[in-house]
Amino acid sequence: MGEERRGISRRGLIGGGAALGVGAAAVGFGAGRATAVETERAGAAAAYSLYGAHQPGIVTPVQDRLHFATFDVTTDSRAALVDMLRAWTDAAARMMHGDGAGPSGPTSGDYDAPPDDTGEAIDLPPSRLTLTFGFGASLFDDRFGLSGRRPAALDPLPHFPGDNLRPERSEGDLCVQACADDPQVAVHAIRNLARIGFGTVGMRWSQLGFGKTSTTIRDEATPRNLFGFKDGTMNVKSDDRDALADHVWVGEDADQPWMAGGSYLVARRITMTIETWDRQSLREQERVVGRTKSEGAPLSGGVERDQPDFERAGREGKPLVDPAAHVRIAHPDHNGGVQMLRRGYNLVDGSSDIGRMDAGLFFLAYVVDPTTHFVPVQMRLSTLDDMQEYVQHTGSGLFAIPPGVRRGEYVGQGLFSA
Amino acid sequence: MRRTSLPAVVGLVTLSVGVLAGCTDNRPADAGDARSLDVVSTADGCELSATKAPAGNLRFSVRNDGSEVTEFYLLASDGLRIVAEIENIGPGLTRDLVVTAPEGDYVTACKPGMKGEGIRDDFAVTPSDEDVTASGDDKVLVDQANKNYAAYVQDQSAQLLDQTTRFVALYTAGKDDEARELYPVARQHWERIETVAESFGDLDPKMDAREADLEPGQRWTGWHLIEKDLWPQRAKGYEPLTRAERSTYADDLLANTQTLDDRVQDLTYSVDQIANGSRGLLDEVATGKVTGEEEYWSRTDLWDFQANVDGARVAFEGVQPIVEKNDEVLATQIAERFDALQALLDEHKDGDGFVAYDQLTTEQVKALSDAVNALSEPLSRLAAATV
Repeated sequence: MGEERRGISRRGLIGGGAALGVGAAAVGFGAGRATAVETERAGAAAAYSLYGAHQPGIVTPVQDRLHFATFDVTTDSRAALVDMLRAWTDAAARMMHGDGAGPSGPTSGDYDAPPDDTGEAIDLPPSRLTLTFGFGASLFDDRFGLSGRRPAALDPLPHFPGDNLRPERSEGDLCVQACADDPQVAVHAIRNLARIGFGTVGMRWSQLGFGKTSTTIRDEATPRNLFGFKDGTMNVKSDDRDALADHVWVGEDADQPWMAGGSYLVARRITMTIETWDRQSLREQERVVGRTKSEGAPLSGGVERDQPDFERAGREGKPLVDPAAHVRIAHPDHNGGVQMLRRGYNLVDGSSDIGRMDAGLFFLAYVVDPTTHFVPVQMRLSTLDDMQEYVQHTGSGLFAIPPGVRRGEYVGQGLFSA
Repeated sequence: MRRTSLPAVVGLVTLSVGVLAGCTDNRPADAGDARSLDVVSTADGCELSATKAPAGNLRFSVRNDGSEVTEFYLLASDGLRIVAEIENIGPGLTRDLVVTAPEGDYVTACKPGMKGEGIRDDFAVTPSDEDVTASGDDKVLVDQANKNYAAYVQDQSAQLLDQTTRFVALYTAGKDDEARELYPVARQHWERIETVAESFGDLDPKMDAREADLEPGQRWTGWHLIEKDLWPQRAKGYEPLTRAERSTYADDLLANTQTLDDRVQDLTYSVDQIANGSRGLLDEVATGKVTGEEEYWSRTDLWDFQANVDGARVAFEGVQPIVEKNDEVLATQIAERFDALQALLDEHKDGDGFVAYDQLTTEQVKALSDAVNALSEPLSRLAAATV
């Protein structure tokens, strides 16, 4: 049974029975675009294709919900790892299409065996699910003969001042980013991939995100983070080909050819002490961010999308955008022009044992090279940004995101082929 | 100890060899797939969407449009041998029957009302590129597996009775050190056949209840009460049992063990029960042992862990020849993952036994848990592969 064999098509169910074969109605964008929307259907029924030059879930318009998970490989068998990546690829294609994880689906197959899909996504639309796979530095040791294929950009991130990273929330041999407009669809995807992986990988940690904090679409309103401010106004947009080529996609000249068309994902779990933040005056909050809380306009004036004027001074000659404001420290003008494609999510993982909300931001950024596009920027933020007062980095991961999957291939195939 | 009571299942179910599958489903068969067929069963009709299909994995979606409970059969060309069947399709329901069918002539039958010959028709499976082998007559293998497993359970039960006799003698005599030494050794025999022992819903709570499992008003007896009395270190303000109390609880445990032993003598098994028992023992490991909840006072959880794995392995190996014929890849995978789990357990061996659970690091517990997941996933498909 190949990938074309389907069980229940959720998309078919909600779409009045007009089920289509996997990718059969793909309406492709031009070459170089990461994903193709399979149908013209809008909203929750829309589905993305797994296949393309780049993996989905990077320039794809940011969905509302996230389930991110990392895994450690528990076998020494390279063949077993490759088999699992193949099985993950097949399952990912099915689930993104709105089908079950396996060929039989959640309510069919052998009656005396557990179904090959867990079932909680029955009757839910595809919800624009994307699944994005990556490899952590720890995969490139001696176990699978990959040590010679490790890209230089996967060097471990340095310790940044203020970091309080917990190993059980950091790194991993593999990562999977599941984004969807329905949280149950995202969780369903991770759960079923974990199940397929048993015996080959074990989950190391996972993180839920309930609200997007960035947009990659020009016309979309900028969402807010848990500080109550718009986040990601300056984000790289999915139609800005030059910016994507310069700042996101790894080029053909990569030190590891298998990474061409890929990217690097920096994941940081950033805890916010929101109780303290909420006690700051509006003046102080806006000073720290460097933007107005209402519209997100730079304090130097104008509207949200206007560039800040860092020179413009007010009374006593003080700059309107504070020297330690987040927008100033993070701005490309002060970071050698580097940009990141951010698609982070708000998180609340219940509350702490002393009754504080365990809230924050799960920062996800795709960059062409973390050593040039993340490390220097984060070092500046950790040392100069007044926002540091209210945040603490509690988890971290760096992953090589291989290029997109071609039909018949498995994700990351270039890494394993001769 | 089971946390919810389930009816005894051992020895009650008989399944015909050759039943491959079926399930509830409300989706029409896929028009584009010649191996997916619709069947509509009514009071006087049994209508198939096609009269033939290419060899391979066939799916019959059987919808009951009648007012009685119906069944659907795929029979060999002689109209006698059952190749596959799906039973208990209530009015209005649709169930899938999935069967791997090689080329040949067959007979289909719907049986509204579950009686009689059924409404029959010819059905042809045409040649195809798929490599399909018919499952052979496994009756000899099946009988052997059932007989062997019954003997294993009886043997473990006899050893449990023997060791429990010695254990309660030491305990009532106040020879606590020796009793503590024998405690995990004796309990191994319980844990090896735990899924069978648990099927006796009256005995299990009396013998293996943990304090935290007790229902309001339930009197605590059995192994774990004695465990707490022998290892009271973690119990705040614990009042040791008197000599007389010790005798009472010891006699009770021994009497129940004798009852258990009497009952297992008459038990018979089917291969799917043995296979499900194997999975069930690993479920026990996942819920109680790997988390260190089972032996809260003595910290001898790894002994129980090993005994559950022993029992699961014996059950698997009993049905292995059948599974190898039906699904060789699955059989190999399960065998390999038993080995991997055992290798991990061996790292925690200490003399004839195991280190205490609280000596394990979080990383070591996670590695064990990963190995249990790795084995349990293919093991969950074992029962289906035995029939």
